[in-house]
Amino acid sequence: MSNPVFDRITQDITENDVVLYMKGTPMFPQCGFSAAVVQVLSGYGVQFKGIDVLADPSLRDGVKAFTNWPTIPQLYVKGEFVGGCDIIREMATNGELTKLFQDKGIAVAA
Amino acid sequence: MKIRDSIERKLTEALEPTRLSVLDQSAEHAGHMGHPGHGTGETHFQVDVVSRAFVGKSKVERNRMVYALLAEEIAGGVHALSMSTSTPDEAG
Repeated sequence: MSNPVFDRITQDITENDVVLYMKGTPMFPQCGFSAAVVQVLSGYGVQFKGIDVLADPSLRDGVKAFTNWPTIPQLYVKGEFVGGCDIIREMATNGELTKLFQDKGIAVAA
Repeated sequence: MKIRDSIERKLTEALEPTRLSVLDQSAEHAGHMGHPGHGTGETHFQVDVVSRAFVGKSKVERNRMVYALLAEEIAGGVHALSMSTSTPDEAG
């Protein structure tokens, strides 16, 4: 099946270890939930690519269909969907996110 | 029917929760941008579910179950849905 938006998403999550689909940019998040995930990732000092879905309506709908997840933000690590804001916050609190970054070989700032 | 009530009813019927709370937090977000609400004013919800239906399921799978049950509400103007999903054992 050829779907240009899906192809683009596949490329983004393959070429970048950590990708956050979000509303706004990491510097200027346009939504509290996106901002919360940016804050978590920044707290770990993890390098990530933030992709602004508001800049492209086809991507905004496309990523929801691609992931089978109706909301933004969406975090991908090494091509795998990890979760939205609630899951990321919970994983940050209970230590699962630290373990995930370790297991996937993602560098965090000590 | 109020959106809050329909969320509560759908989750109760499908998940038979041992604990369920559906909180309408829309007032805290009044006037915030990108906030359609289709005139109902019910746009932001916090849902906490404890159910045996989540046993053996990952967090992503649990959230997908809830999203699927509430697809109509999400399509119809619910702008934000936060949730916690636990099994009775996890909830303690």
